[in-house]
Amino acid sequence: MLESVIRELLIKVVGGEWFKDDPESLVSYSYDATPLYQAMPDGVIFPESTQQVSDIVKICSKHRIPVITRGAGSNLCGGTIPLQGGLVVVMTRMNKLLEIDSDNLTATFQTGLNTKQFHLAVERTGLFYPPDPSSMIICTMGGNIALGAGGLRGLKYGTTKDYVLGLEAVLPDGSILRTGGKLVKDAAGYDLTRLLVGSGGTLAILTEATVKLIPKPSYRKAMVAVYDDLHAAARTVSNIIAHHIFPCTLEFMDQPTLQVVEDFAKIGLPVHAKAMLAIEQDGNADDVERDLKQLEEICLASGAVQLNIAKTPEEGAKVMEARRSALAALSRLRPTTILEDATVPRSKIADMVLEVQRIAQKYDVQICTFGHAGDGNLHPTAMTDARDPEEIHRVEQAFAEIFEVAIAMGGTITGEHGVGIVKAPYLEWKVGEAGIKMMKSIKDAIDPHQIMNPGKLFAETRKRIIYQDRTEAVGRTTTQDEEIQTP
Amino acid sequence: MNSTHEKLAQSLKLTLDEDQLTNCMRCGFCQTACPTFIETGLEAASPRGRIALMKAVVDGLMEPDESFRSQMDLCLGCRACEPACPSDVKYGQLIEQTRAAIAAEKPYSMPVRIVRKTFLQGVFPHRRRLKLIGKTLSFYQKSGLQKFARNSGAMKLFPDHLQQLEQALPDVSGDGLEELWSKAGFPYRRETTDSGSGLMVIPAAGDTVGRVGMFRGCIMDVMFAPTNVNTVRLLRQAGFEIVIPEEQVCCGALHAHAGEMGDAKQLAGRNIWAFGEANVDYIASNAGGCGALLKEYDHLMHAEPDERLSQAAVRFADQVKDISELLHNLGRPLEPIHAEAGKDDAAVAVTYQDSCHLRNVMRVQGEPRQLMSQLPGVQLCELQGAEVCCGSAGIYNLTQTEMSTTLLDHKMEHVEATGAKVIVTSNPGCLLQMKWGIERAGLQNGVEAVHLADFLAKQVRIEDQLD
Repeated sequence: MLESVIRELLIKVVGGEWFKDDPESLVSYSYDATPLYQAMPDGVIFPESTQQVSDIVKICSKHRIPVITRGAGSNLCGGTIPLQGGLVVVMTRMNKLLEIDSDNLTATFQTGLNTKQFHLAVERTGLFYPPDPSSMIICTMGGNIALGAGGLRGLKYGTTKDYVLGLEAVLPDGSILRTGGKLVKDAAGYDLTRLLVGSGGTLAILTEATVKLIPKPSYRKAMVAVYDDLHAAARTVSNIIAHHIFPCTLEFMDQPTLQVVEDFAKIGLPVHAKAMLAIEQDGNADDVERDLKQLEEICLASGAVQLNIAKTPEEGAKVMEARRSALAALSRLRPTTILEDATVPRSKIADMVLEVQRIAQKYDVQICTFGHAGDGNLHPTAMTDARDPEEIHRVEQAFAEIFEVAIAMGGTITGEHGVGIVKAPYLEWKVGEAGIKMMKSIKDAIDPHQIMNPGKLFAETRKRIIYQDRTEAVGRTTTQDEEIQTP
Repeated sequence: MNSTHEKLAQSLKLTLDEDQLTNCMRCGFCQTACPTFIETGLEAASPRGRIALMKAVVDGLMEPDESFRSQMDLCLGCRACEPACPSDVKYGQLIEQTRAAIAAEKPYSMPVRIVRKTFLQGVFPHRRRLKLIGKTLSFYQKSGLQKFARNSGAMKLFPDHLQQLEQALPDVSGDGLEELWSKAGFPYRRETTDSGSGLMVIPAAGDTVGRVGMFRGCIMDVMFAPTNVNTVRLLRQAGFEIVIPEEQVCCGALHAHAGEMGDAKQLAGRNIWAFGEANVDYIASNAGGCGALLKEYDHLMHAEPDERLSQAAVRFADQVKDISELLHNLGRPLEPIHAEAGKDDAAVAVTYQDSCHLRNVMRVQGEPRQLMSQLPGVQLCELQGAEVCCGSAGIYNLTQTEMSTTLLDHKMEHVEATGAKVIVTSNPGCLLQMKWGIERAGLQNGVEAVHLADFLAKQVRIEDQLD
């Protein structure tokens, strides 16, 4: 509960209607899309301008109140859970698209803008903003930037971090920072834009952003390749890249996923196949047709047993539907669905999928794997039940081992969901002691009172699982325990 | 916790389906489909938020106070969140269970109680009383009393929205489907079932493609009896033999949505029996709100101790079809009056507002549109946000007037943008709301709202001609 004098101050900034601390509001901002996490804030506030954000942060800074910035609350890393209470700052009133600049090919907007609405507005002008996280119908651009969101088009077009050119942000002392601009080139000092992208609300509140746009591809076509050998599917991915073809989408589903999706969608998927790739290319019609022809040859040469090429754009959309319905199908199986985003260099996709299957068996948990094969970003997804602590414990153990294997293969603990609470215990595994030290000194310098989204990014590091052979990393695990290392 | 809250909390713990609460993975995909979230932007006013509130009560995190209750009341029950949900959470069941617990544990204020009791128990289930109201309304409209009330300023004593609603009321004769049908001299015969109940049987025009039980509805048959007549004319033309069981009653939807599950089940039992005896292939509904509950009789009755009843409910639910499904998918194609496009004047511009329960529960959205767009004389203009509730939602426009009118005014902006002269709907509540919206937007002289059956009846050839 906030002291009444602080309440008064906050209400003075935004008006009584836009500050809330009744039980209903506190409960409804105590969670996001991350399973298993919930914590009550002390208040919720809805600013409508950068100046209001600055005034709010000044009050919180003075009184040492935690500040948790939130867009739609659709993240999967616990990034907006008010772990230590405090004030949830909901950015969705600041949702104006300020400008689409077709001379400079940039767009500038307030960060509470909905991602899907932004896509539609950009595409109406014949331009294109590629990052397309699966939650784009509800998520906000600010959330995408704060957590480095990806999507299905990462291989060809990169992710959010590759598009942000400039930011306006409110720092923990309430001062307003502007970085970058409508500039392709900018070598002026530290790259503060890149520092704030992916900072997950731990350094500043992002209030405005400028991103780059590209011309909208005029044509797209999709195909599906079916395999009875996992390695053949993975080989296809490597061979596609080796032929210097970058499909806009290159998606993978393993056998358990295929079975579940088919049970749910009944669209005639090859349930006995070991893997399926859904491939889509965009660009001008001639190039796309040529690429598709070549992709067809590569798939067959790499061991595909069946190929279906979409004859119409509608058929192409249906092909992608199968992949998109994966999460829906999986989430209907059991009450709780935990979706992770371990990422490996794309040459390791097959090894990683096999490892996930082995680990699932080892801990006796149900894990299906699908994901963005083209960029090495997999989504091992556990179907479980939050009400069964023993099973949840095994799921956690399995994921810890999956992260460890991914890192051993040269990968990372998170490709596109961000660290938040969920991956914080594993961050050091990825960035090392020196990495953590540097990140902590940045954090301490910018946010000395630790008011910005406390409890995220940094946590006690989990004890590593030890492998006999790190270079091969095929999971000959010897010891594995659950002790928390005390720092 | 105060004792009323505590009792309600206990009752919610017992009533709410814990599996469904846990199945919500909080992805938030429901939010863009939710009218009250779109209008307020508040998490608590979204399906994910409401489920979180229910779960918080069950988990003991919060007490079901006034704000909890008003948040549950603010839900339209349109169920647009259900098709949007990847996890297939049965939100409709959760909100109904919550409302049932509220209705059982926390008494409403005296005036609300009287209104609920009068209509839910005293009027809707009783056909004769409904008809009496119809006759009274007819007298009000025809005797000059309506004119007097409007001209004298007596209506001004009522709140704005009631005044506008009063103007949106259709002309009512007091006669229901059967009376109008027999008075028009159309063919029919009387049959008696084994147990002695009466059936009105109307033969198909030409070869019979199926036998359809007509669900006439309670309000529908008083306020919109001519629409029922047109529904039967269309079905007959499409090759269906129509059976109207006399013993059928109100579907119980208004009771179920208000949390009066016992009443709803009792009505359901009577309908299941009445249509079961009539030995039909399909049961036709021309009101999305009724059709949706009829379609869910299997769920409503699944825990009935009498297994024959719960099994009969499954069969009943399976037979329920919207008229647009029957006409488009199962009947003989209807022949348009305007054989060629542009033969008369330019094609009439029409837009279609989905009935939420038809779209989200019965999952019918293509058939009504296709029935219209395949007519050469019709230009169907898709309404932006047609899938968003118009704010009618049963008696929501009376109990939650502010939200209802906000939704309606936004809806009418979209209607104006289509340039359509006709708004077609598939549910009486939506139809009244559209008429009210037309009054509010001042479009009386350019735009009209009609039921799909009435619209089609003017656009296709039908043997039984009305004068």
